[in-house]
Amino acid sequence: MSPGERATPAGVRRALSDAMAGERLRIVAGLIRITRDWDLAEDAVADAAERALRRWPAEGVPANPGAWLTTTARRRAIDLLRRADVERAKLGEVAALAELASGADDLPQASCLPDDRLRLIFTCCHPALSMEARVALTLKVVSGLSTAAVARAFLTSEATMGQRLLRAKRKIAHAGIPYRVPSPDLLPERMDGVLAVIYLIFTEGYAGTADDALAGEAVRLGRLLVQLVPDSDEARGLLALLLLQHARRAARLVDGELVTLERQDRTKWDTAAIDEALALEPLTGTDRGPYRLQAALAAVHAAAPEASDTDWAAVVSLYDELLDVLPSPVVRLNRAIAIGMRDGPLAGLAALDALAGDARLAGYHLLPAARGDLLARAGRPTEAVTALEHALALAPTDQERRQLTRRRDELRGTSPAVGGLA
Amino acid sequence: MRYLMFVATDPDAEPYDPAADDAEDWVAKHEASGQWVMGDRLRPVEDATTVRRRGGEVLVTDGPFAETREWIAGFDILECADLDEAIAIAAAHPMARFGRLELRPFWSDEDEQAGPKG
Repeated sequence: MSPGERATPAGVRRALSDAMAGERLRIVAGLIRITRDWDLAEDAVADAAERALRRWPAEGVPANPGAWLTTTARRRAIDLLRRADVERAKLGEVAALAELASGADDLPQASCLPDDRLRLIFTCCHPALSMEARVALTLKVVSGLSTAAVARAFLTSEATMGQRLLRAKRKIAHAGIPYRVPSPDLLPERMDGVLAVIYLIFTEGYAGTADDALAGEAVRLGRLLVQLVPDSDEARGLLALLLLQHARRAARLVDGELVTLERQDRTKWDTAAIDEALALEPLTGTDRGPYRLQAALAAVHAAAPEASDTDWAAVVSLYDELLDVLPSPVVRLNRAIAIGMRDGPLAGLAALDALAGDARLAGYHLLPAARGDLLARAGRPTEAVTALEHALALAPTDQERRQLTRRRDELRGTSPAVGGLA
Repeated sequence: MRYLMFVATDPDAEPYDPAADDAEDWVAKHEASGQWVMGDRLRPVEDATTVRRRGGEVLVTDGPFAETREWIAGFDILECADLDEAIAIAAAHPMARFGRLELRPFWSDEDEQAGPKG
């Protein structure tokens, strides 16, 4: 669409959402560097997006929407700073104003240093913040999720999450947490939190609760980290893991519907992404950390042309190794599913039963979902339907609810005996 | 930024080893760099006195605010560019091994929120 042409509301929303996905993080990270005011930076970008929604329908989508958003957000930041400046007249704000004004018409690519986003990530992941605050802050400020979406990712209320974000931003300001990429001697110990946060951003995008660009953004952040810290095995392991999972994206979503790994059309897997992952480093070896092990698991799946070709013995053994370094209930759940594939559904159900008492899995929809699948394969459709109904009630997203509904309805279709339960 | 560093005991830390206590070198090094402002050791909690005024009456009691297994054994005031610099200095203090350190930023005039005055 050419500038000045009237844009449809849908076209404007799409153009704005594309531009925000591409530029929001750069703009926010640059504004925080200049102003040191996180709320101001986020407000300025939100205002710019609102203005785009008001003006683009009449004026047309600009030729470079990202540059338009950058310029508008910077002007808005100047307005907000001037207002604060009248009240408080702070030296730092005067300097920030000068820097903002000088770059106000720059293109987005030139308007912030290349590592502003990384700077923002390391600050969000600073160990002086609680891990919960680090992940929440990164999802909110780096990924641009709404407070409600972050709250859902943490299985907590929006009000609680809002308080957590507020406290985290205040601590950054008041405790003097620096806004920078750590020095080389500090980098290794600061990496783990960053890796955990990026992986969570990826899984958040993967879960379909947020913008689809999120998973791609996590891959991009992973590449940036590998570039910055090329000798970090776990950073490469994380990137390999993200790439291998991301390679399945075309097969895992068909017409907007989730397809389980078992049923995916593997010819749709992105072989370039798989090759990139496998070229990062050999995923075998000793002393593997959680990301290399999970990447190795994903590589086992990537090596199987059909689901039935999967080397489940290798999968179970990798989960055993993973449990040593990452003894989480979700890893145990996945190991139980793998045992069900290697030794048959009854063995899988027995492994699941051992998890039933884990309070950390209470309310986790994938536990009854896995149970439903194993019961169905064991030829017990009535119990399988009950388990899937349970999973359905707990599922956090519409996509997952639709997928579980389909699986339940399939079971009902093949089993007249349970048809009367609806 | 100015930080108060509480030096506290910690029953879970490794046992105190006087031979490895290089606190004096630590002070000398960071005083020379201008990052150490002042600091001192404190007498143990047996010698602490808590003072309150309630309903116009001054209440004086023996002991610290709260009975815990850890107690404050000393303090240092640090002048640092940011928290990472303060963390690096704190991590080099012998009591990071034998106890634990808590970094508390001073309340600055720019902190707009109201709070208890020190």
